Amino acid sequence: MNVLSQLVEAFSSGKIRVVDLTQTLAPEFPSISLPPEMGQAWPFRIEEVSRYDERGPAWYWNNFSCGEHTGTHFDAPIHWISGKDLPHNATDSIPPDRFIGPGCVIDCTKEAAANPDFLLTKPFLLEWEKKHGRIPPRAWVLMRTDWSKREDPVAYQNYDDEGQHTPGPDVDAVKFLVAERDVLGFGTESIGTDAGQAYHLRPPYPCHYYMHGAGRYGLQCLTNLDQLPPTGAVVIAAPLKIRNGSGSPLRVLALIHD
Amino acid sequence: MQRPKRKNPVLRTRLPTLPPAARSRVALGLTAAAALGRFELQQCRDCGTVQYPPREACQKCLSVRLDWKPQPTGGELIAQTVLHHSNDLFFRERLPWRLGLVKLDCGPTVVAHLHAGALEKVRVRAMLDRAGQAVIVALPQKENGDMADDRQLREFTCDPRNRKILITDGKTAVGQALVQGFAKSAAEIIWVGYAEPWKKFAGFDELEKIPQVTLMPLDVTDSKNVKELAAEIAGKVDIVVNNAEHHRTFGISSRQGVETARAEMDVNYLGLLRLAQEFGPAMRARGADGAASAVAWVNLLSVYALANFPPHGTFSASKAAAHSLAQCLRAEMRPAGVRVVNVFPGPIDDEWNQLLPPPKIAPAALAKSIVAALCEGIEDVYPGDVAQEWLERWRDNPKALEREISA
Repeated sequence: MNVLSQLVEAFSSGKIRVVDLTQTLAPEFPSISLPPEMGQAWPFRIEEVSRYDERGPAWYWNNFSCGEHTGTHFDAPIHWISGKDLPHNATDSIPPDRFIGPGCVIDCTKEAAANPDFLLTKPFLLEWEKKHGRIPPRAWVLMRTDWSKREDPVAYQNYDDEGQHTPGPDVDAVKFLVAERDVLGFGTESIGTDAGQAYHLRPPYPCHYYMHGAGRYGLQCLTNLDQLPPTGAVVIAAPLKIRNGSGSPLRVLALIHD
Repeated sequence: MQRPKRKNPVLRTRLPTLPPAARSRVALGLTAAAALGRFELQQCRDCGTVQYPPREACQKCLSVRLDWKPQPTGGELIAQTVLHHSNDLFFRERLPWRLGLVKLDCGPTVVAHLHAGALEKVRVRAMLDRAGQAVIVALPQKENGDMADDRQLREFTCDPRNRKILITDGKTAVGQALVQGFAKSAAEIIWVGYAEPWKKFAGFDELEKIPQVTLMPLDVTDSKNVKELAAEIAGKVDIVVNNAEHHRTFGISSRQGVETARAEMDVNYLGLLRLAQEFGPAMRARGADGAASAVAWVNLLSVYALANFPPHGTFSASKAAAHSLAQCLRAEMRPAGVRVVNVFPGPIDDEWNQLLPPPKIAPAALAKSIVAALCEGIEDVYPGDVAQEWLERWRDNPKALEREISA
């Protein structure tokens, strides 16, 4: 038996469980907000083409529209100006072996509950490694905050007069993950890989700036991270093959060994 | 006016009927003026005679050089009668009905529908009836407080009093001024839509304090959202005020791509289409639903719907599209007696017109014009001096206005 047939055997015997890390694409799911004078991403919208009616008697189907960065989605390096000239930086040119990798889940639920502006730091990551081992190369580092459990869009977006308040990584944490741990990318449960107030960090939006600048990826609006072990999951995150795409909504799956 | 008794929800809702709607082309001149809230009659350019009813030639000198001219509205009620029987479906459901002959100060004697307070000296108004055609209504000479509550007059107006209103966007200053205006006009319920409900907007708390107000998430670009809201409230809404608009300040060459223009079309044009498809049928079914029936649909358009303002070129185009669709909606709502009111303001004093010099219409003044138009039965509203002036220039010479606006 080779590894793949062992894998198939493990699926059929139920030893491997598939966890869906994806939010449902629906119009009411919050979308990214930019200042209104800037260009805007389309939110997810869906229009019925026919539903067993005069528009198509025996079939039901819809047209949907959305931006590349809608719902649970993937950020390619070309998304940010720091990654614009890298090779293999778009959804169609990223080597497909990058779409599968080990997952390290950093539990920040307590910290995020206490402080919506919580910034994940390098010492926090080092502390995590003391308990769970060193983050392997080419791993997805997933920041678990249980933010996806905020089903009320107001709480999920968490705006006030100063903008959005959601957790994310700080500058040193991102640099550390890229330079010293060679990660595949960084994933979050909130609407950006960066914190809500990351505009005020230096540089602004460090996770976008350094991850994409180093050819790494982002995942956001993830859910069900609470079902994953700190280490040992395999994350499958393959974006749509959009020519020169900057990202795409996608189905993110995690395989875990029960 | 006493609040009408609550509707018994298990009783049949009466179907709408219309008063006689046939008019000759020349008679539509009265309708065209009434749509703007004006009282105009044919006047002979040769002998000066004012005549009514409208004809092809002057009844005095047979000249065909007849102009529709604003006329003084004073007159004397010289005869009156009360109908207790009619074979017309519309009137037989509204009997008794008071009619009279009014000798106008400008000459002709006209048949008029009579306000209960119209006695001896009266003033007349050309008003659109439920069929959308102009008729002449005689009113008391002096305005008094509860004049609008007259049973017969209410058949010609779309008075918001005791009615249930949907305002599609409560986030804007215009939306909030509309809410205040309708609350002051004693609307019974005001549903106020707001898009992107995760972003609390300035003025939210003030709106919530108004007793008639219920805030409802509503994004007119989301068909599902519009459908679900309609499922919840469309059977109760008497007046829709669609003020949701997307306004950016670009022409063709000042913005790359089509995304801004598409967003404008999605809100300003397709938003109206979505709302009309979901709310229209239920409102059409309630065109004769007692004293507080479905009566009106208001569209906030723009004077730029008439002629493109190139600095706001894609916005203008989306409003022109909405204007055209609103005419379709008007035709489709007319059989139910539900009036479509189109509002054509000049620049509104809001953030997207920041760089335009005054005069700009204040949101509160715009809201006031809209409420007044409903009360007076006006169908095409050009609120404020700027819009009025543009209207005159457009009527005088549309080509000249095109050049002036784009200069």
